[in-house]
Amino acid sequence: MSSMTGRARPGIVAAFALGCALAAAIATAQNSTSDEIAKYREALQDGNPAELWEARGEELWKQKRGPKAVSLETCDLGLGPGVVKGAYTRLPRYFADADRVMDLETRLLWCMTTQQGISEADATKTVFGDGNAKRSDFEALAAWIVEQSQGMKMNVALDHPKEVEAYRIGEKMFYYRGGSHDFACTTCHGEDGKRIRLQDLPNLTQPAGAQVAYTTWPAYRVSQGELRTMQWRLNDCFRQQRFPNLKFGSDGSIALIMFLARNANGGVYTGPALKR
Amino acid sequence: MMTRLSIIPVVISLLAGCASNASDSEITAKAVATMKSSFSARGQAGMDRLDQDETQRLCTDYATRKLPPEVAARIEKANLETIRYPADGMLLGDWKNGEKIAQEGRGKQFSDDPQGPVGANCYACHRITPQELSYGTIGPSLYQFGKSRGYGAEIQKYAYGKIFNADAFAACSNMPRFGQHNILTEQQIKDVTALLMDPKSPVNQ
Repeated sequence: MSSMTGRARPGIVAAFALGCALAAAIATAQNSTSDEIAKYREALQDGNPAELWEARGEELWKQKRGPKAVSLETCDLGLGPGVVKGAYTRLPRYFADADRVMDLETRLLWCMTTQQGISEADATKTVFGDGNAKRSDFEALAAWIVEQSQGMKMNVALDHPKEVEAYRIGEKMFYYRGGSHDFACTTCHGEDGKRIRLQDLPNLTQPAGAQVAYTTWPAYRVSQGELRTMQWRLNDCFRQQRFPNLKFGSDGSIALIMFLARNANGGVYTGPALKR
Repeated sequence: MMTRLSIIPVVISLLAGCASNASDSEITAKAVATMKSSFSARGQAGMDRLDQDETQRLCTDYATRKLPPEVAARIEKANLETIRYPADGMLLGDWKNGEKIAQEGRGKQFSDDPQGPVGANCYACHRITPQELSYGTIGPSLYQFGKSRGYGAEIQKYAYGKIFNADAFAACSNMPRFGQHNILTEQQIKDVTALLMDPKSPVNQ
């Protein structure tokens, strides 16, 4: 009986086997791509080129610079002048001296202009490097500063009314649809388990997704040969969203970073990571 | 006297509360103003990209709430009215060109050459031909689109219309309105329609 069935339906069996093989091949191709990226990351983790940016960042932090010839060791990142350890896990936050909520990069700019006396135009001449001769001090400083929050949990407060307002504005921006393509941040980052091409997309509205994403930026981007910061990450997201240029250190950029950072609370910071 | 004094902290906290407990519409207005001051025109992406049409505004309003059926119907009706079908009545172009358009990710970004190629980047979100394994999952699989639905005139019209303006068929779709926003030309929409609907397209093998 069983041999009868076997002989009667070889075509179906073959078609089924072929279908399964094809499905398996697709799954293998896709799994192997993310597996290969994971392996590549692992292999390079001990020698993450981010270290080069960290070394330059430490120098920049300690060097006496600007018309006032002072180092950034007087810069208060929120935990007191010169305190770097753990500072990134508490940012963005409200700073009374500036009467403004600031993220890491905006705070660094504030210290450069008010404490070192560097003009804003000079300080922001190169905010994003090009992976070559054009280097950004913000990228180097950020790499060094965030590295000293490794292993610590994100702990962003919403105590001051301006912190609450920044979070709420950031949330509105996240869901704001516009541009030629009707895209909002949430188009790609509002659901679990989605991808663009083969790139996994974190759901930034939920703690798990926000933590995975936020705790790995800033990151060294292999494809660009450059250390990239959170300000760059948002600027490049909006480029692909077909929006205009997000201004470096703008209130909108800080509000959105506040939304993402706060959603990542409780996640262990591991950056600067290595990314494709 | 005691009771009068005890009112003061209550009043103060109420006043302080006003600063942080702004209503949702106040925050929306602040967010729009913040965005206007936080972006700058660059390349082909002007500040008008931040100006929402009625559909974008409603879809933003309901982004975290269930879209009421009557609002969905209103959005779909308004968008359906924007669809312009080709004057020659031909909805299917060349599926081979359609495949190129589906693969092309450039277009409309501030970094893109305004004279350069503009694609639909369909593979970013959809599985389409079985040969392309690098596809996204934000949208449904379109493999065997025509074969499973039939190749008739009505389905052709639906496919063309969906690419032209997705919100006409599903309010607040994640899919760009390629015709409505002049992202693709009429010929390009025909070519992508052919990729989905031509019986010879790899999509339908």
